[in-house]
Amino acid sequence: MSTPVLELADVHTYYGKIHALKGVSLTVGKGEIVTLIGSNGAGKSTTLRTISGLLRPRQGDVRLNGRSITSTPPHKIVEMGIGHVPEGRGVFPALTVLENLEMGAFLLRNDAEFNRRIELVFQVFPRLLERIEQKGGTLSGGEQQMLAIGRGLMQQPDILLLDEPSMGLAPLLVEEIFNIIRRLKEEHGTTILLVEQNAQAALQVADRAYVLETGRITLSGTAQEMLHDPKVVAAYLGL
Amino acid sequence: MHLRRVNPFKEILRPLGQLLIFIAGSAVVISAITLLLAVLLRPTRSDIDILQVTLVLLPQVLIDGITLGFMYAIIAMGYTMVYGVLEFINFAHGEFVMFGAFAGVELLIWLNAQGVLKTAELGLALVWITLAVLLGMVVAGGLAVTTERLAYRPLRGAPRLVPLIAAIGVSFLLQDTMRFLQSAINGDFYRTFPEFGPFAQRLMLFTVNLDGRPIDVAIQYKAIMLIVFGVVMLVALNYLVNATRLGKAIRSVAQDQKTAALMGIDVNRIIALTFLIGGALGGAAGVLWAFRFTRVDPYMGFIPGLKAFTAAVLGGIGSIVGAMLGGMVLGLLESFSAAYFSIFSRGAFGAEYKDIFAFGILILVLIFRPQGLLGGKTTQKA
Repeated sequence: MSTPVLELADVHTYYGKIHALKGVSLTVGKGEIVTLIGSNGAGKSTTLRTISGLLRPRQGDVRLNGRSITSTPPHKIVEMGIGHVPEGRGVFPALTVLENLEMGAFLLRNDAEFNRRIELVFQVFPRLLERIEQKGGTLSGGEQQMLAIGRGLMQQPDILLLDEPSMGLAPLLVEEIFNIIRRLKEEHGTTILLVEQNAQAALQVADRAYVLETGRITLSGTAQEMLHDPKVVAAYLGL
Repeated sequence: MHLRRVNPFKEILRPLGQLLIFIAGSAVVISAITLLLAVLLRPTRSDIDILQVTLVLLPQVLIDGITLGFMYAIIAMGYTMVYGVLEFINFAHGEFVMFGAFAGVELLIWLNAQGVLKTAELGLALVWITLAVLLGMVVAGGLAVTTERLAYRPLRGAPRLVPLIAAIGVSFLLQDTMRFLQSAINGDFYRTFPEFGPFAQRLMLFTVNLDGRPIDVAIQYKAIMLIVFGVVMLVALNYLVNATRLGKAIRSVAQDQKTAALMGIDVNRIIALTFLIGGALGGAAGVLWAFRFTRVDPYMGFIPGLKAFTAAVLGGIGSIVGAMLGGMVLGLLESFSAAYFSIFSRGAFGAEYKDIFAFGILILVLIFRPQGLLGGKTTQKA
């Protein structure tokens, strides 16, 4: 197997004295959608924050395309190719939709490439083009999520980390967001690590999945296996 | 599509227009109130005609107020920008102003000792002043960055009160460091801005006829210079913040540090640069302050700092446009109360009571509009 885009090896992360991640190991291959499911407080967002450098692991290694990024500051990690769409979306409320998208391409200085990327974003999210001059803070929840993902795409990362993209959205919008995630993979070959509480929807779009419980990976396999695993069904699919 | 292109013309004209509106607006409002008061109080005095005296003084009072307003506005930028990115009031900012003032004045004193100032015509004198302002900017900017690195950055994430107390400590430390340095080197801790150039001369604008008495309306070269420096600096800062890549990074760090980091922005570097810019503006204001009031001493930064902070709060802290408005309003209020208090109160209150008025206005604004005149919201970030 070729080098995975992202690899975590026995990662331990602490919040002060709280041991939040207790040896998480996972891999994401090129072009894959991998989902990390688990209940509230299991450490899903902590895992993403550790990958993007907002938190520093105390032990273990995070590797991007085979290179260790464990002690790299977040702005350098972005440069190296990780895009993180944070929980709660992190849209800049006082910047317009266009300015928010520009922030995604902050490190890009080539105007032609910028135009190419933003056209791609508007192709995926035509709604953003309609709202281009509107302030981020005035958008609806679904539009903000689109903007956050669009901004992540402006970075054109090797891997996109999506943290709870369905949170706080109406069911119809949730469906729309997951359709877009599927399209990103199928049409654009985007590699995605998806964190979700909505395990049902996440497993529908993912190739593989990991289950995280109180800081440990307790189960892993293909999404199809997971959808039929009795433990997963009982704990997360709530049938 | 040329989505990313900014229109530099627009980005320069907009702050210029805003400044003009702020100056004209506050000047007209405050003048109107003063004239109304003069008309109402006219019957109380038989010895002088209050209205006439008020009118005679008015042009000079306006010019004084505007130059003072520019200085407050420039100093207020340092408070408001640092507050924008860190939600922290840097109470040592007045001391950056003081260090800048000393740096500029020391340079001019040295140049004076070399004998080059005495002979300077207007053009050359302008060059020397500009050099002094630039040196003040470098010294104060460097001091601000150093202070942030050594005193504030280690306290990032500590409860809000902790860096605030540290800032007050830094303020005392810097005052006494300068006092020590000056006493050790010069034997005395204050210095005087050397007199040179034709800055005290007046440019005649026009003559008004008031009840048969001709009154000259003139403006000192010094005041023109202070205003030009002020306009250039405020417009340049607005351009930097609104139209450049660095400005975009500063604005995004101000809104959300974590997300800014996820966009590839080095947050620590942006915070340091914010201190550099704010400190440099403070240093420039310090040299201009020394130019106007001639004396510099280690404690000179405290009161202007406090007033500029007031101006920033008055306009809405965190807002650059607000700080321009707040500075202008405060400068004009102070100049008007200094000039007219004693006339209107038959000498009961002198000019020394001017601050009561300025700070009284602040309290009223805080009661009725706590977010400041142009502030958006008062909610604090988590």
